[in-house]
Amino acid sequence: MKLAIQINEGPYQHEASDSAYLFTKAALQAGHEISRVFFYHDGVNNGTNLTTPPQDDRNIVKRWSELATENELDLVICVAAAQRRGIVDQGEMERNGKSAQNVADGFRISGLGQLVEAAIEADRLVVFGD
Amino acid sequence: MSTLHTVNKSPFEKNSMSSCLSHSVADSAILMIEDGVYGAIKNTSIAGDIDSAVKEKSIYVLGPDLKARGLNEDQLIDGISVVDYAGFVELVCANDKVQNWL
Repeated sequence: MKLAIQINEGPYQHEASDSAYLFTKAALQAGHEISRVFFYHDGVNNGTNLTTPPQDDRNIVKRWSELATENELDLVICVAAAQRRGIVDQGEMERNGKSAQNVADGFRISGLGQLVEAAIEADRLVVFGD
Repeated sequence: MSTLHTVNKSPFEKNSMSSCLSHSVADSAILMIEDGVYGAIKNTSIAGDIDSAVKEKSIYVLGPDLKARGLNEDQLIDGISVVDYAGFVELVCANDKVQNWL
């Protein structure tokens, strides 16, 4: 079955990012396809490569990047939510005259249309967040 | 046409559990996750509502989130089933739609 995931909450906030990650992993293990993971609202903070959690804590951003590499996941960050929160890729850096880019490996910035498309194309959309 | 509802907030913190119970129709599946698992515990102020819901809906609770809060299956309202993440995935696939109460 084709599943799409939406995450509305930042990492280390409550539990949504952990729940979404564990759900995604379990779905992949069961042989389902994850067609897209869409990061919205504070969820865009899951995609910054500037986080440095303590070594004995889980690295939520890195965990998503690794899962994306292993399973060719499409991790999409909402552009409007990202601009507000300082999540920037090369294109956004140049367009808005910023000094750096910080999108983590495996993530890409795109628009809300990607969420609509994911919701239409997937058999189920599962939302995690506050 | 069946729907899986998930509730991730404690019924003592937000009213999403009550909204879910009143909006979901008979034969719906309801899965309590994260702080939502507190709704599955016996003898609380909301236990009566959950007890009634169990009679016409399938109520589930996510085992790992229960365990993370030091709760165990003996404390659950009768009729509630415990699932793991694989079971969560199965519920999503077994129902036609998913409604996440956030």
